[in-house]
Amino acid sequence: MGRVSVINVSRTFIKKEDKSETEALKKVAFDVGNGEFVCLLGPSGCGKTTLLRIIAGLETLTSGEITLNGIPITGPDPKRGMVFQQYSLFPWRTVMDNITFGLEMQGIKKVEARIQVEKYIELVGLGQFKNSYPFELSGGMQQRAAIARALANEPEVLLMDEPFGALDAQTRNILQDELLKIWEQKHVTFLFVTHSVDEAVFLSDRVVAMTSRPGRVKEIVDINLPRPRCRTGPEANRLRDYILKLLEEERLKR
Amino acid sequence: MKISFIKIIKENSIEALSLIIVIMIWQLVADGIVQNNFLLPSFYDVITSFFALVKNGLVFMDIFISLLHFSLGITAALIIGIPLGISMGWFKKVNRAVDPIIEILRPIPPLAWIPFAIVWFGLTHQAAGFVVFVGMVFPIVINTYTGFKNVPKVNVEAAKVLGCTQNVKLIRFIAIPSAMPSIVAGIRIAMGVGWMCLVAAEMFGASERGLGYQLWFNYYLHRMNFVVVYMLLLGFLGLFIDHFFRYYVDAKLLKWTAGTVV
Repeated sequence: MGRVSVINVSRTFIKKEDKSETEALKKVAFDVGNGEFVCLLGPSGCGKTTLLRIIAGLETLTSGEITLNGIPITGPDPKRGMVFQQYSLFPWRTVMDNITFGLEMQGIKKVEARIQVEKYIELVGLGQFKNSYPFELSGGMQQRAAIARALANEPEVLLMDEPFGALDAQTRNILQDELLKIWEQKHVTFLFVTHSVDEAVFLSDRVVAMTSRPGRVKEIVDINLPRPRCRTGPEANRLRDYILKLLEEERLKR
Repeated sequence: MKISFIKIIKENSIEALSLIIVIMIWQLVADGIVQNNFLLPSFYDVITSFFALVKNGLVFMDIFISLLHFSLGITAALIIGIPLGISMGWFKKVNRAVDPIIEILRPIPPLAWIPFAIVWFGLTHQAAGFVVFVGMVFPIVINTYTGFKNVPKVNVEAAKVLGCTQNVKLIRFIAIPSAMPSIVAGIRIAMGVGWMCLVAAEMFGASERGLGYQLWFNYYLHRMNFVVVYMLLLGFLGLFIDHFFRYYVDAKLLKWTAGTVV
């Protein structure tokens, strides 16, 4: 079960030096159903990453509330896994030991944890590299390991903050395909931040398009395309065109 | 066995040749030009003095004593320096409280502590150990602190969302391993400083034994050939300690940094 409700969330940053205020989010509200794949899309600086970090419990909100299955979120919790845009693997641990980290934190013995995570290593296709250190991996492999690490905790929601942002276009497409496979197998709720319209249309059930700062929900677009999807089908193109126009409006408003 | 021995000689021939030439020049200059055992003892003199020391066993005692002083100092410096650096790096308020004290004490040359080392501890091993400690503790504190300051934020956040939220756990599982290269570099710097402090402390009488003490004692006796023996012994021991540390610790502890520039 992973039902996320974002209820009128606002976040204002106050600069220490001159007490100037920046409104990052303003009364953002939407729901994400259990097992749904939702993308947060918006112009850069619109607060989508801030919102995701609030859901993860890494950032606080100024007003409003976010609940997971009806229970308010107060801080980080392994129930809400997160994959970061930057490479976040622990460089001093091997791929295997990175993935067992969450289980070790739950008090499961390393030997036991290693057996348990084997399936996640296979799921992301890193069997060959399980004893490698992060510096020996390519960017794409590092992000795969980070996804496996988040999944090993069996989270109810997986939060992804532009996880493929730093990858080249081809690796990106491959990882998108793999991510959908994982999503279909695991059926956890995915909340995915991106600035790529193509990515949002290809991956998600719904796209939450946000306005420029202060970030509000501009429109929630249903992507009713059958899966597996074709990246360049006429329907996908029409939706892409529609969402791009939404974003363009925001750009012109500035 | 024989082949590998020849191979080693072949591979290091330039290094070996260079050493041999320097020793030959030394011997020739001492014997032919200076001709004064007090101003420049010859290589041959030094070697015979060394074997004389080995024969009566005195040298082993002094090596042992010096290493004892050194280990007293390094143990104290590690026990105090690392936790202090950790708490300064992790808790801002501790840093604000401790930093001014450290900044005042740190520029004092460790050797300036010798009078108090003697007053507080007498002519004991602890006195020499204390001077070594003073020399070692600051590089260790500062490098531990720097290592902790530079722990990538994304690693800390990743750990938090994976269920590692308490300070103690974050320090143990994230900050310490992440800061390890910096801590190790600090210990290596500290060992160089500590070794110098050790010799000076023993020379200035903070102890009645040890290699530094013997070096100074033989100088009073004008036995310069023995002074050179102790100089070389100090150099080789320092080199040995550093190499042991470098190969052992780096290979074991810091495998993961192979791809990064430290």
